[in-house]
Amino acid sequence: MKPKKKNSYKKIKKEKPDNKANDMWTLRLYVAGQTPKALTAFTNLKKICEEQLKGKYSIEVIDLLINPQLGTDDQILALPTLVRKLPVPVRKIIGDLSNTERVLVGLDLLPGS
Amino acid sequence: MLNKNLPKSPTGIQGFDEITGGGLPTGRPTLICGGAGCGKTLLGMEFIVRGAIQFNEPGVFMSFEETNEELTKNVASLGFDLKNLVKLKKIALDHVHVERNEIEETGEYDLEGLFIRLGYAIDSVGAKRVVLDTIESLFAGLPNQLILRAELRRLFRWLKDKGVTAIITGERGEDTLTRQGLEEYVSDCVIMLDHRVTEQTSTRRLRVVKYRGSMHGTNEYPFLIDENGFSILPVTSLGLKHGISNERISSGITALDKMLEGKGYFRGSTVLVSGTAGVGKTSVAAHFAEEACKRGERVLFFCFEESPRQLMRNMLSIGIKLETWVQQGLLQFQATRPTFYGLEMHLAATHKAVNNFKPDVVILDPINTFVIGDKEIEVKMMLMRIVDYLKSNQITALFTSLTSNQSALEHTDVAISSLIDTWLLLRDIELSGERNRVMYVLKSRGMAHSNQIREFIITDHGVELRKAYIGASGVLTGSARIAQEANENAELLTRKQDIERKKREIERKRKALEDQIAALHNEFELEESEAIKMIEIEQDTIKRLKQDKIEMAESRKAGIENITTDKLNK
Repeated sequence: MKPKKKNSYKKIKKEKPDNKANDMWTLRLYVAGQTPKALTAFTNLKKICEEQLKGKYSIEVIDLLINPQLGTDDQILALPTLVRKLPVPVRKIIGDLSNTERVLVGLDLLPGS
Repeated sequence: MLNKNLPKSPTGIQGFDEITGGGLPTGRPTLICGGAGCGKTLLGMEFIVRGAIQFNEPGVFMSFEETNEELTKNVASLGFDLKNLVKLKKIALDHVHVERNEIEETGEYDLEGLFIRLGYAIDSVGAKRVVLDTIESLFAGLPNQLILRAELRRLFRWLKDKGVTAIITGERGEDTLTRQGLEEYVSDCVIMLDHRVTEQTSTRRLRVVKYRGSMHGTNEYPFLIDENGFSILPVTSLGLKHGISNERISSGITALDKMLEGKGYFRGSTVLVSGTAGVGKTSVAAHFAEEACKRGERVLFFCFEESPRQLMRNMLSIGIKLETWVQQGLLQFQATRPTFYGLEMHLAATHKAVNNFKPDVVILDPINTFVIGDKEIEVKMMLMRIVDYLKSNQITALFTSLTSNQSALEHTDVAISSLIDTWLLLRDIELSGERNRVMYVLKSRGMAHSNQIREFIITDHGVELRKAYIGASGVLTGSARIAQEANENAELLTRKQDIERKKREIERKRKALEDQIAALHNEFELEESEAIKMIEIEQDTIKRLKQDKIEMAESRKAGIENITTDKLNK
């Protein structure tokens, strides 16, 4: 049930990024200091983006230890959290992004591509 | 001295600090668990708000369920202005939103983000108090329970290290205190809230399940939530220390006052009028109310079965004009159905009404309508608390209680007889085809009351007590009494007539005697006059004889003197 729903959802959504193919992907990675998990997450993210979104993405890393007030807006609980700000809808992926397949699912990149 | 061992943070919630001996353990987390709608969030919110307002301890309320706007709106009805408090930096609100389908797990993570947010919120207001409501939502939002549990353990440790007094709320589980077993992380203080529905009325209860390092009340305490927030009224905290009064006040029924040493009830005492249906309990209460109003005292009349208008109309028929006093503001009615809300709400309503009206006399008519099903103990507890509350305020209370015909008359349904100072028992006696009312004083603490059974008559000018006759077949009442009275009257009349008769006889005898005397007298007079007459005749005869002799002598020319003189001298 769930994957099916996602597929249909995906289809509609997919056209949008395609139409605005030049639209940048804005990704935000929330971390708390230079923890091993944070570093792993950043490395993994970088790798995935290079493979899938080369040239049309930007990554913003927010360290909540420095800016704790920023965590509230994106409802950050778990760290590290990757937030896809653009394209809409906003998506959240938690963990160190080591499971690439799930990251791709989370970013709406896997099905259909 | 307990506080030396374990510092406590007062909650400012009525009654709560009394149960817990001062509040929640300072610097430690407390678990509040309970089912849906039993007031967990509110208890947490009051802890924060009262902490900020009354104890100058800023707080953080982290909500996992309601948004800040919703929270603000919800507690505004309790008179808490969250917006302002937030503006004043007394309170920080943080809404943590966890949506399962928005979250994709992709490997190792921790909840440091939550810690940072909480830490940030705590630092932003310098919070001493924290509420996490309901942290169990995380279990629904985050799939990896292992991580979550480890993180929760860390969170509570972290809260302790921070030195904040925390409340963690948790939904009640099937067999466990909380659905997710939060009690294994929070072990210093656990409070359970309960919302039970028995016989279609709900009662909220609170229990301190455990409180490490402190004494606490272990009972279930009913509590209520009204427009002033939480209030818990523990019986034990009230104690039996109320002052007493030696002042006596009239019951409004002269004959009844006479039965109570001629003075009436003690001020501040508790009077129970019990009896079967239709024996005039309300009338006794109404008399008392009227009398108190006449003295210029304020009376609060709780009627649970009649509407005030109906009651006033009915009392008017026995000559008690209650409406005047209502208009003068001395008498106030509070009419609610007992089933309208639960016992604790009744208690609260009573408290509030008494607090607002500040009466000298409170009447509850009748109390046993509260007993639905077998809630006797609860009702007793509630009445005990009402009695204690009224006593501590020197308010004289009069309760009426309906006893059923089957049970013993001395048995009150709510078993509160031990709380009662003066107990008037009204009962009906069926005899010779009629049903009559009698009244007696079953007990009256601190006075030498009459032990006589009196007949209780309701007239168009109020209640009257008559002397009851004790006949061969028991107490005589009603027409039997009237017959007895007639008998006595007849007897009295006969006696009176007897005396009259005797008096007349004597009079007659005297007359007869006098008549006799008069007759004798007459007879004597008669004889006397007869005798006198005879004497006169004799004397005449003698005279005549003398005359004759003289004449004869003259005719014979004899010496007469010697003869005459001799004879006459003889």
